Amino acid sequence: MATDNRPLSPHLQVYRPQFTSVLSILHRITGISLAVGTLLLVWWLIAAAAGPTEFDTVQNFIGSVLGRILLLAWSFALYYHLCNGIRHLVWDAGKGFELSTAFASGWLVVVAATVLTIISWVGGYASLGGL
Amino acid sequence: MNMRSPLSRARGLGSSKSGTDHWWMQRLTALALIPLVIWFVVSMIIVTGADHAAAVEFISSPINSVLLILLIVATFHHGQLGLTVVIEDYIHTRWLEVGLIIAVKGAAIFLGVASVYAVIAIALN
Repeated sequence: MATDNRPLSPHLQVYRPQFTSVLSILHRITGISLAVGTLLLVWWLIAAAAGPTEFDTVQNFIGSVLGRILLLAWSFALYYHLCNGIRHLVWDAGKGFELSTAFASGWLVVVAATVLTIISWVGGYASLGGL
Repeated sequence: MNMRSPLSRARGLGSSKSGTDHWWMQRLTALALIPLVIWFVVSMIIVTGADHAAAVEFISSPINSVLLILLIVATFHHGQLGLTVVIEDYIHTRWLEVGLIIAVKGAAIFLGVASVYAVIAIALN
């Protein structure tokens, strides 16, 4: 039996992107990014266990321009995945499926993730004592 | 006519042999990660730019050690469940699909255990 040619979902290319479908695929993309980003946490912990020299290497990387860009992307992905994950849990409870509600909760997720990211970076720079 | 045996029906595991376990564990770990992630992010903001001594002091506090280990376990379990579904959805070559899933699960266990070990090593040092 030929099993290689069966039509398989999801068909990302054949549908016109909509706000809700873009948010849906963003949940996956941020999830994959966070899985990769967790390597930073692993590195940070192992370096802290290894000693001051190794730890400084990680801190210097995180503090570099590339490190800060990655951390900014990571923090937004985290907040987006967290907020949209809660939106998914509400759906799992059987609530919020009306189209207008789904759009409203979608915007709420985007705004909340953006605001939380900004607050975190203001807090982070405050911890550092300024830019 | 129901072709399933009474035992199969009672077990409720369906044709994939695992029932709703994957779906349910994905939700349980998601629920656990909501407070854990909020705690972690707030903690990381506070220790931003910390030197080695300050980071060790943070990690080795008993409550932080326990919460970090819970965060690591929940994160890697949740992550490998999610990545498994992504691989199942997009990789249509069977040997590659199974190989990637095994690699993801193996990497999650290895990195998760290494992270937990690092926390314990710091805490007991």
